[in-house]
Amino acid sequence: MTTSPIAIKLDARSKELRRLVLRGIAGGRRGHIGSSFSLVEILRVLYDDVLRYDPKNPSWPERDRCILSKGHGCLALYAVLADKGFFPAAELDKFCKRDGILGGHPERHKVPGVEASTGSLGHGMPIGIGMALNARIDKANYRVFVVGSDGESQEGSVWEGALAAAKHNLAELTVLIDYNKQQSYGLVSEVLGLEPILEKWRSFGFAADEVNGHDVAALRDLLQQIPLDPAKPTAIICHTVKGKGIKRCEQDLSWHHKTKVSDEELVVLREGLEEY
Amino acid sequence: MRQTCLNMVYELAKQDPRVVFVGSDLGIGTLKQFKAEMPERFFMEGVSEQSIVSMCAGLALEGKIVYFNTIATFITRRCFEQVAIDCCLHNVPVRLIGSGGGLVYAPLGPTHLATEDIAIFRALPNMTIVAPADANEMRRLMLATVNHPGPIYIRLGKGGDLIVTPDDQQFAIGKTFRFRPGTDAVIFSTGITTRVALDAAASVIGRQVGVVHVPTIKPLDGTAILEYVGHAPVVVTIEEGTVSGGLGSAIAELLLEAGVTPRFRRLGIPDVFPDQYGSQASLLERYEITSTHLSDTIRRLWANS
Repeated sequence: MTTSPIAIKLDARSKELRRLVLRGIAGGRRGHIGSSFSLVEILRVLYDDVLRYDPKNPSWPERDRCILSKGHGCLALYAVLADKGFFPAAELDKFCKRDGILGGHPERHKVPGVEASTGSLGHGMPIGIGMALNARIDKANYRVFVVGSDGESQEGSVWEGALAAAKHNLAELTVLIDYNKQQSYGLVSEVLGLEPILEKWRSFGFAADEVNGHDVAALRDLLQQIPLDPAKPTAIICHTVKGKGIKRCEQDLSWHHKTKVSDEELVVLREGLEEY
Repeated sequence: MRQTCLNMVYELAKQDPRVVFVGSDLGIGTLKQFKAEMPERFFMEGVSEQSIVSMCAGLALEGKIVYFNTIATFITRRCFEQVAIDCCLHNVPVRLIGSGGGLVYAPLGPTHLATEDIAIFRALPNMTIVAPADANEMRRLMLATVNHPGPIYIRLGKGGDLIVTPDDQQFAIGKTFRFRPGTDAVIFSTGITTRVALDAAASVIGRQVGVVHVPTIKPLDGTAILEYVGHAPVVVTIEEGTVSGGLGSAIAELLLEAGVTPRFRRLGIPDVFPDQYGSQASLLERYEITSTHLSDTIRRLWANS
């Protein structure tokens, strides 16, 4: 990585997607702000440059499946799906509201474009493995992408799934880890460390690489090379910054999840994003 | 019963390309023929039940009908969240086949005794729970599982269980079966305890004890159960599982909410972890899940009414 994740400047599109995230936060007055902001470029590149899909036909059989396994980062996914036309952006104004379809964690039967209901961690990858095995049985050409988190990688089921994906040489599967190095209580390295994370994935039988998770060009370049090995599942460690795009959030762990977001805090968030 | 169940998965898979089998770490040679003939739909995925249940849900979300077999406790206890969210919230056709329902694994101790499986799965929306009485009913049940929507928990008995269901049984998921008429008392049973119930009813001389077999515990066949209870003064339930939340609880809830209040008892495992080894039969004896205790219970209830 030539530029550090913290030093990356945001272009107009990255800022616009973050404005949509803030629209959701304003709608629900709550949300996993930091966890969503670290994800934006990963999802942006997937949906802009990598995935095959049709927003007008979300269940198109040949689409690539993309599961947000770190379901708490759903505001970033909602922003991208709204931007792509899966549903009107006005839904963001009803985030977590009783008459809304967008909850604090994404649900497949409510949100067009959401492949799996996630929120409890460690489910997305093995669900994705099932979908990828189905592609193999049916000789279908779709690929499966699972976006997980570092905190999530503390769940045992992630590593059970990793064993299975490697056993099946599941090159149809790509796992992206949003490695923002923070979790709710504090630094991942202090709560339950994952290093050496790249070597772990490799030792579990994945072709693994790492990338600056906010560098759109670098993400695009790496994702265009998948599968990194035609006989192995791929893992991509995306080095990111929790709260990327608002300095105040980047520097303060308490922005992991906020409830009762006030008018004043919304102003601070919006100004912080525009100043970035 | 397990053999019949797995053989049926093989038969169903031959006829329907949507059928997939998944095991954890089952005995050597399990479904050998299935594996040989349809290797792309046979999976043995190791001691990793949590990710296996999610994987099954992933396959089912894509249109497969997935039969997953492992020991009942590993499905119900260890994977509860995967079952709840990945199978039930998504409401997908995953068939969870639990080996050793109830007290089957008596010699192996409480880590392997599926005593509360029915109770905890009853709390899951979209879940269907079935406990057939014998291998013949298992065969009929398995045919009905193919196109049933949503997840199903199939509770297996020990194997070699006495055949008690009639050959002309018109099996349907969600349906109860009166195997013996009688209105002086009615016994509701499920799984292998239906044999116990039939023995108990036959041993009562002079009064008519009905036996209703409830192979589907969820969804409960409420209308038929209330009809079979009618004005019977005594109702007793019997099951090879905890009395907290199982079949007996389900029927008690149904009766009370319908304003039907016969003299009522639930027979089953009390609120304890079984504290002996031995055999399934000896544990059934220890917790008085026997025809003698059942008929005595009915007589006592008559005497006190």
